[in-house]
Amino acid sequence: MSTGVSVSLRAIAKTFPDGTRALKPTDLTVAKGETLVFLGPSGCGKTTCLRIVAGLEKPDAGGRVLFDGADVTETEIEHRNIGMVFQSYALFPNMTVAENIGYGLKIRKVPPAERAKRVAEMLALTGIEPLRDRRIDQLSGGQRQRVALARAVAIRPRVLLLDEPLTALDAALRDRLRTELDQLLRSLGITAIYVTHDQAEAMSLGDRIVVMKQGEIVQVGTPREVYFEPNSRFVAEFIGAANVIEGMASEGSIRFPGGQLMLPEPPAEGRCTIMLRPEAIEIRAPAGEDWTGTVQGVSFLGDRQRVTIAGAAAEMIVAEAPNRTRLKTGDRVGLAVAPQALRILQD
Amino acid sequence: MNRLAYALALFFTVLTAAFLAVPALMSMLAGVTQIYARGIASGLTIDWILEVWRLYADTIGRSIAIAMMTLVVTLLVGIPLAYAFVVRPSALTRALNELMTLPLAVPGLAVALAMLQLYGNIDWFRRSSLFIVAGHVIFTLPFMVRAVASTLGAIDIRTLEEGAASLGAGPLRRFLDVVIPAAMPGVLAGSLMVVTLSIGEFNLTWMLHTPLTKTLPVGLADSYASMRLEIASAYTLVFFIMIVPLLVAMQLVARSKSRKGMSA
Ligand SMILES: Nc1ncnc2c1ncn2[C@@H]1O[C@H](COP(=O)(O)OP(=O)(O)O)[C@@H](O)[C@H]1O
Ligand SMILES: [Mg+2]
Repeated sequence: MSTGVSVSLRAIAKTFPDGTRALKPTDLTVAKGETLVFLGPSGCGKTTCLRIVAGLEKPDAGGRVLFDGADVTETEIEHRNIGMVFQSYALFPNMTVAENIGYGLKIRKVPPAERAKRVAEMLALTGIEPLRDRRIDQLSGGQRQRVALARAVAIRPRVLLLDEPLTALDAALRDRLRTELDQLLRSLGITAIYVTHDQAEAMSLGDRIVVMKQGEIVQVGTPREVYFEPNSRFVAEFIGAANVIEGMASEGSIRFPGGQLMLPEPPAEGRCTIMLRPEAIEIRAPAGEDWTGTVQGVSFLGDRQRVTIAGAAAEMIVAEAPNRTRLKTGDRVGLAVAPQALRILQD
Repeated sequence: MNRLAYALALFFTVLTAAFLAVPALMSMLAGVTQIYARGIASGLTIDWILEVWRLYADTIGRSIAIAMMTLVVTLLVGIPLAYAFVVRPSALTRALNELMTLPLAVPGLAVALAMLQLYGNIDWFRRSSLFIVAGHVIFTLPFMVRAVASTLGAIDIRTLEEGAASLGAGPLRRFLDVVIPAAMPGVLAGSLMVVTLSIGEFNLTWMLHTPLTKTLPVGLADSYASMRLEIASAYTLVFFIMIVPLLVAMQLVARSKSRKGMSA
């Protein structure tokens, strides 16, 4: 049951009356049924972009929002038929859980019997049946989050918009709800736009991720693409842990203070910057290795170890080692990297 | 030593309370005494109260009617105004807010004088109780707006409204379904304030009234000046009986509000 529409943004920009340029002209298309995640540091314009799709903010002149090709730029939010989950949930304190969930249906004049049935479905879907007659101030954060989601989904919206829905929750709950949310979005097959500053959330929920920086899109891609093939230092460092190091490239390899590495095709020439994920670096005995360094520190994380290595590059680099490998500060180690794990960054 | 301090404190508290309460009690007692000059010994009666009723029943009814009309107007004007102050603050709303506090600082007499100069020659208006209602609205509106605005300001009303809008509710629906219920504690507190202030208002009213539009406090002043002491006292008693339940209700609302505030 794939519901929802495709959403296209054409030359969307936003300048607030106080002169803040929150969003530079942006083009983007969200496919029908896709979950798209806006990811970026706080203040980069994610919420502004989402609010423009919702109809809570007007884009600057010339920008257009299309739902399935139809221009909705001038359509008020109440007529766009979208579902929205707010960061603060925006639940109505004067209504019970069931009344909150049924509110959109009441506005749409859905007959009471059908309304009650749909509310019951939503309560079951989000696993909060026992809470149906509670007041909002009697709910925990996680329960409120579920009510907000149920309320937004109950109206069968054309697109579901979620603004940092898990940010207000503690870490353990966030992980659990993230999994639930993922299953829910998949089972509904709804078009969804999800805003977050948490890269783990973005990776596990998004079909595609839009990485934003200072009001601009810097990269769009699947979670694997943005993780393995970041197009800039910013993306590499914002998503996951990354070693971004400089070296001199010539004849298919790159030289560092501690040795050299093979470059992937096509190789670069001269001074260049590369990205290397910690888990792509294999720690070996130093003998016979082309790239070596000295262990500077080891932190045991349980499932693995994080090793800081000096001398290999101009800056300190971070590698990961299996949890049983015996390593200590001062050990000389060899570092092996598969050429395709190394990515040349343009800036 | 400690016990002595406690006894002293108690003594002065009781003394202060008595200083305030005894005259009020004496006055009320006078209202049900046959002949005040001879004291309680002359016997108790409700004749004076009946006499007050005969002479001043219309002022009581009028005071209540004026208070209710004032309440309706302050609700209709005050709630949207408070909403605008909170949700769409602008140079205009800030100026209005300043302007609205003026009647609190300027003596009621001056406000009344201004009203008389401006509207005094609109004959039907000048003669009707609506003239007094207008004065009371000017005087009480700030209290309503303040009470409602502080309630709305304490919650994120704008986001609540956006939530309702996202579910399909237009502006009027949002106002009725979300804003009004959220503003309710403030509306209630403001209403009690307005009614109490209107019923007890004297300054403005004394300037604005005509012999045919006397209110309770004006009648009270009138009876003090021209009637025998027993009637004036009985009248005071009637006034207390009307105003005390309102004051108690105000206290209850204020208390339940502060309790909610603490749990939130
Ligand atoms: N109503 C507003 N008026 C002025 N500036 C705003 C407004 N809303 C957001 N901004 C600014 O626009 C920028 C982007 O904000 P936002 O979209 O909320 O970022 P994000 O959601 O990525 O944290 C920020 O610099 C923010 O301060
Ligand atoms: Mg935001």
